Amino acid sequence: MEIGLTHFLIISGILFSLGLFGIATRKNAIMVLMSMELILNSANINFIAFSRFGGFNMEGQIAALFVIILAAAEVAVALAIVLNIYQNYHHVNVDEINKLKG
Amino acid sequence: MNTFQIVFYLFALIVIISAMGVVFSRKLMYSAFSLLFTFFGVAGIYALLNADFLAVVQIMIYVGGILVLIIFGVMLTTKITDVDMISGKTGKWVYLGASIVSLSVLTLLLYMFNTVNWNLPGATAIYHDSSLDALGTVLLTKYVLTFLVAAILLLIAFIGAALIARKGN
Repeated sequence: MEIGLTHFLIISGILFSLGLFGIATRKNAIMVLMSMELILNSANINFIAFSRFGGFNMEGQIAALFVIILAAAEVAVALAIVLNIYQNYHHVNVDEINKLKG
Repeated sequence: MNTFQIVFYLFALIVIISAMGVVFSRKLMYSAFSLLFTFFGVAGIYALLNADFLAVVQIMIYVGGILVLIIFGVMLTTKITDVDMISGKTGKWVYLGASIVSLSVLTLLLYMFNTVNWNLPGATAIYHDSSLDALGTVLLTKYVLTFLVAAILLLIAFIGAALIARKGN
C-alpha cells in the first residue's frame, strides 16, 4: 500500500491523543510540559504532511518553523515559572498550586 | 514493500512506542529520555516528507535545546536525595475520564482523516533539491514581518524567562 497523506495524519492523531492523555493524567508540571511538546509535534507533522502532499508549497513548512520557535519560547518561560513555583511550594504538582499570591 | 515504506513504518513505530513511553512511564527521567527518541523519530518523519531543513531544525532545537531544558527542569525541581522522582498518582476517575476522552478524540480524528476529501492537487512536481533555498526565499519575502516578530518574541521570552527564574527577586 502506497504511503500517502493519511498515514502521516494517523501518526499525528495518535501523538495528539497521547499528549492529551498525558496532560490530563499527570500531576507533575514538567510532565505536563512534555505532553504539550508531543501535541506541538503532532501539529507540526500535520503541517508538513499537508505541505508535502498539497503540491510542495512551502507555507506548511514555514508554519511548522514558527511552531518550533513558539515551542522554544514557551518552554523557556514555562520552566522559569516552574522553578519559581518550586522555590515557593517545594513541589510542582499542578493540582495543589491554588494560591495566586503566596 | 519498498524502502520508503520500511523506513516509514520504522519511524512510525519509534515515534508511537516512545511517545507511549513518555506518557505511561512513572519515572520522570525515563519520560524525558523517551521524549528524546520521539523527537528523533519525528525528525525522521520530516525527512521522509522532503522537509530536510526542518528535520535538522527539529534535532537542533528540540533535542539540543528544549530537551536539555526539560531535563534541567526535572533535575532542579526534584530533590536529589529523593528516591522517587516519579510523577504523582492521580485518581482512578481522572485516569478513566482521560482515557475515554483521549480515545474518543483519537477515534474522531482517525475517522476524519479517513473520510474527508482534502481536495489535494493531483500531480505534484517532484522536488529534487533541498528545500532550504525555497524555504529561505519564502521566509525573507512573503513572511519577513512574521520572521522579525518571531525573533523579537524569542528575545522577549528569553529575557523574561531569565528575569523570572532569577533567585530572590
